[in-house]
Amino acid sequence: MDFVVIQLLNGLASASSLFLVACGLSIIFGVTRIVNFAHGSFYMLGAYIAYSLVELLPRTPLGFWGGVALAALAVGAIGGAVEIALLKRIYRAPELFQLLATFGVVLVVADLALKIWGAEELLAPRPPGLRGAVMILGRAFPQYDLLLIAVGPVVLAALWLLFHRTRWGALVRAATQDRDMVAALGVNQGRLFTGVFFLGSLLAGLGGALQLPREAANLQMDLSTIAEAFVITVVGGMGSIAGAYVAALLVAVLQAFGIVVFPKITLVLIFLVMAVVLAFRPYGLFGRAAAEPRAAGAEAQPLGAGDGRAWRWVVPGLALLAVLPPLAGGYAVSVVTEIVILALFAASLHFMMGPGGMPSFGHAAFFGLGAYGAALAARDVGAPMLLGLAVAPVAAALLALACGWFCVRLSGVYLAMLTLAVAQIVWSVAFQWTGITGGDNGILGVWPADWARGKTVFYLLTLLLCGGSLWLLRRIVFAPFGAALRGGRDAPRRAEASGIDLTAVRWTGFVIAALFAGLAGGLFAYSKGSVFPTYIAISRSIDALLMVLLGGIGTLAGPPVGAVVFVGLQEEISRYTDLWRLLLGLVIITLVVAFPEGIAGFAARWRRRAEGAT
Amino acid sequence: MSLLAVDGIAKAYGGVEAVAGVSFALAEGEFVALIGPNGAGKTTCFNMLGGQIRPDRGTVRFEGHDITGASPRRIARLGVARTFQITQSFASMSVRENVQLALIAHHRRVFSFLPRAAALYRPEATALLERVGMADQAERQCGILAYGDLKRVELALALAQAPRLLLMDEPTAGMAAQERLTLMALAAGLARAQDISLLFTEHDMDVVFAHADRIIVLDRGRILAEGPPAAVRADRRVREVYLGSGAMFAA
Ligand SMILES: Nc1ncnc2c1ncn2[C@@H]1O[C@H](COP(=O)(O)OP(=O)(O)O)[C@@H](O)[C@H]1O
Ligand SMILES: [Mg+2]
Repeated sequence: MDFVVIQLLNGLASASSLFLVACGLSIIFGVTRIVNFAHGSFYMLGAYIAYSLVELLPRTPLGFWGGVALAALAVGAIGGAVEIALLKRIYRAPELFQLLATFGVVLVVADLALKIWGAEELLAPRPPGLRGAVMILGRAFPQYDLLLIAVGPVVLAALWLLFHRTRWGALVRAATQDRDMVAALGVNQGRLFTGVFFLGSLLAGLGGALQLPREAANLQMDLSTIAEAFVITVVGGMGSIAGAYVAALLVAVLQAFGIVVFPKITLVLIFLVMAVVLAFRPYGLFGRAAAEPRAAGAEAQPLGAGDGRAWRWVVPGLALLAVLPPLAGGYAVSVVTEIVILALFAASLHFMMGPGGMPSFGHAAFFGLGAYGAALAARDVGAPMLLGLAVAPVAAALLALACGWFCVRLSGVYLAMLTLAVAQIVWSVAFQWTGITGGDNGILGVWPADWARGKTVFYLLTLLLCGGSLWLLRRIVFAPFGAALRGGRDAPRRAEASGIDLTAVRWTGFVIAALFAGLAGGLFAYSKGSVFPTYIAISRSIDALLMVLLGGIGTLAGPPVGAVVFVGLQEEISRYTDLWRLLLGLVIITLVVAFPEGIAGFAARWRRRAEGAT
Repeated sequence: MSLLAVDGIAKAYGGVEAVAGVSFALAEGEFVALIGPNGAGKTTCFNMLGGQIRPDRGTVRFEGHDITGASPRRIARLGVARTFQITQSFASMSVRENVQLALIAHHRRVFSFLPRAAALYRPEATALLERVGMADQAERQCGILAYGDLKRVELALALAQAPRLLLMDEPTAGMAAQERLTLMALAAGLARAQDISLLFTEHDMDVVFAHADRIIVLDRGRILAEGPPAAVRADRRVREVYLGSGAMFAA
């Protein structure tokens, strides 16, 4: 009994920080409709800045709490500044570009934090006056944690007062329900958005700062926090603050007990909860369909006729690709091999996001499963390379077949979050099931067959398989199936009324996307000779998103262009500086502001204009 | 046997019945107008017939099949096509590709992965576009069409299903008076020529009286009156419902 109570209290203490960060995310989304990927980074900044301030200030209660408050304010100011300097310029751009911009911020913050605070974990002491423990049912429980338990409800109440008792709060609520109405009231929308970003970021910073004595500040916090915050907002219902609190409690308490009862699957647990909630309540516990943004990627952009004119570019391009890198030497071959594989990975994501209108934040699940499928086949069955390469797409497609039924019934952010949950589940299996997957050490020795061991041969094989796959994907997009997929994205009700089984179409599209991602993963495993859980990590899903968005969602040429730019930037920048994520982030931000339709999309428009002029 | 038999269908939103037990039948080849003030429940009725909404109670039968609560897809395949009050078309595709996709769906060729959709049913699509007067705009993207043209495209999409029954929810809403008459004359002419029965809602009484064989008046979710145009026009209760917009009945 005492054990249950203590675990429950532990859960409640963790819930407060989770709630702070999730409700900030939720408020920002509710008003601005921006899915702020940088929110986890703001949380991390809160922790780091609080650490520095607490070290700097006198070691008194006032010093500690002053440091925490100042850190929260500083993070709020940073959030407001990001909104003014960056997001304000792109509110009219498709929402996926807003997402891309916030990815850019994630990258910049990650490298800055590394530069400023170093790679070591930083733990702050508990504040003076709250260092002790109280005895609860004969067990010691930290005083500080008791205080944290109170923070959640207090902030919840404060926010309730803010939103129900002030004019500003009323505006925020109105904007959450209907943005146009607020614009019609003649409210200064720009200032409202900045204010909301300030508040949301401040809450994230406060969450990070308060958690500091319990959990050391570290550089992985940004992505792990954003994943948890997504789960909580989605389970609670996007835009619902009470929902965020209930979901934070649910998740934190589950984690507190899960860690004792099922230590092996704790990481999976919260994502399983999310998958179950979304399967039964697609808009979360407290959410309403109204909070749904326009379907991501659904901006109706014509694809062209697919009448084969692209061959004029593709055939000479492929010929050059087959000949040039081998001439340039081994290193160039490795880089181009990676580009070609990632181009297929990105194209498979583009297939579901662009033509399918189904955004995914967890596409690495299929890439990683393909890689692990090939590696396990090679290690445990002694499968030859070609068999391993056949297992990869099949394994990924089977996962998509199983989880697709849940996923394709959702749309927009909810779908994206559910795919993120799927990826996190797959990741935790790879990470925690050490007996089979080797855990963090991965699986080594996944080498190509003897005949393909030469870098050039393997490269040519990769080029053949990826080129063929890209060609197939293109055919499918312009085939009746692809037309139905696009039609279902443009006008679902029309498609259904015309007799199209949209669930089956979207489900099939999901499986096709997974299939090709799995093949890319299999090729990647053989090209690197090993597989690791990082193949499935959030950051790899984000890489794929970056490539798709950099290339441009509205054109089939986008993913390859995005892959070239992405890998190229990474290679080039890391040659001169170890701050490549910082620079990549800045480049992305610049590109987003300059070319809100992606590079290939911009080129396509430019070409159309040039053709129109002649 | 009637083509469509609707028996006591109802649908409530938050305790308020938008449609509160509506029954009517539609004979083969008949043109019926469903009229009523805004909020009367016309669109909700249509959505229950088309499968977009499942009725709380009541039954819908089409050619003897029970289609109560069936999916839009199944209803479409049995031979019911519809247009929407807010037009729904595939905005990223050209006008011709829109019709081609409807034809592909009609011929159950959606799950084919290699042929070029743009090469399938091209003559058929062109023929349909000619019939609705959109052939000259076949290559234009649907997303940039004028509203009246979109309505024509939607009509072509519906006709691509070779339906037995066509449901048109406010086919002429948002159009100029002359355009309304032209479009409805076009739709009615095409339906008559192909023996398609027609159920439509409409606010323009000129359009209603020009084409309806029979009128059903809906008010607050219930049928207020039903009968041939002349009888409905003379009905005192109908006049009361339309009080203030009596000008409509001056015709
Ligand atoms: N999804 C919905 N949720 C709540 N109420 C609705 C919904 N759809 C329609 N209603 C209500 O049902 C009534 C009938 O609406 P509708 O069928 O659209 O009428 P009509 O098409 O005759 O103008 C209206 O009062 C409307 O407000
Ligand atoms: Mg209506």
